[in-house]
Amino acid sequence: MRLAILTSRIRVEEKLLIEAMRQRNIAFDLLNDGELLLDLARPDERWRSYDAVLCRSVSQSHGLAVAQVLESWGVHVFNRPATTAMCNDKLQTTLALLRAGIPTPRTLLACSAESALRGIEALGYPAVIKPTTGSWGRLLARVNDRDAAEAVLEHRETLGSYQHHLHYIQEYIQKQQRDIRAFVVGEHTICAIYRTSEHWITNTARGAQASNCPVTPELDALCVRAAQAVGGGILAIDLLEDEERGLLVNEINATMEFRNSIAPTGVDIPGAMLDYIEQCVLQGAER
Amino acid sequence: MSKLVALCPECEAEIDLQNRLVGEIVYCPDCNAELEVTNLEQPAVALAPRVEEDWGE
Repeated sequence: MRLAILTSRIRVEEKLLIEAMRQRNIAFDLLNDGELLLDLARPDERWRSYDAVLCRSVSQSHGLAVAQVLESWGVHVFNRPATTAMCNDKLQTTLALLRAGIPTPRTLLACSAESALRGIEALGYPAVIKPTTGSWGRLLARVNDRDAAEAVLEHRETLGSYQHHLHYIQEYIQKQQRDIRAFVVGEHTICAIYRTSEHWITNTARGAQASNCPVTPELDALCVRAAQAVGGGILAIDLLEDEERGLLVNEINATMEFRNSIAPTGVDIPGAMLDYIEQCVLQGAER
Repeated sequence: MSKLVALCPECEAEIDLQNRLVGEIVYCPDCNAELEVTNLEQPAVALAPRVEEDWGE
């Protein structure tokens, strides 16, 4: 198998993938998205020499755009661009989850600050305002009262780019200072972690601590369904635990970070990613 | 064999690039600037770009 890894930065995850590829004697090239120039009507034959391209760009927009071009040229890209596009946009993710009947926090959409405020008051305080794109818990706001809601909405409308003028509002789930991050590869939830923090934002990128979360049949089934709802592949599913409704799928990540999840779970995540890609490549070759 | 060393663009401290990869982020031991390895054949680092709004998972 010959792979290309599309990168912009070599993070711990990329180093772990490189090590895993070397252990498996997989031939690979690291391609920096910043150096690419793609002539859309003239596919570069170099790309067809790869059995697959694994997209690991740190920029969601760059990674998605390059993946879309490569797929249009007939290159096998992981994850599929349609899946990545859905995961990069929280609105699209929520709609996909709802279509599949997967439990998710109640979410409202508003196109003006006035309507957004009306929605927040209807949900009750606290409520959460999120950008529809973005990662690492940035620009999330938990608003505890009307004063805070008005201030955040005014800031979004005044200082934000047009994407921030679309208000994605969610009910706040009272969680026990933790959420769950589950890793789905193909049709299996290979492992999961609890992300625990004293802060209401529980991303490990924001300092939350990772510990092993047992993959129960219920968690596995829900996560695999959620992954399939966005097209499947190699995905990280974020879930919240609600006292009454049980597990709620909150977000899905298409270019998952896993550096903090190998030690607590004991699962070789990069190895599982590569095994899955190899399996898909072999199946594709047989067809 | 020549040393694989670049100079920090901020403080000119020597940055050891042994066992590093292009695209990797390193920190200057003297001034703690966040640096991106840009070349290993002619060892070079640059100030790492600021995190963009669409960076992440």
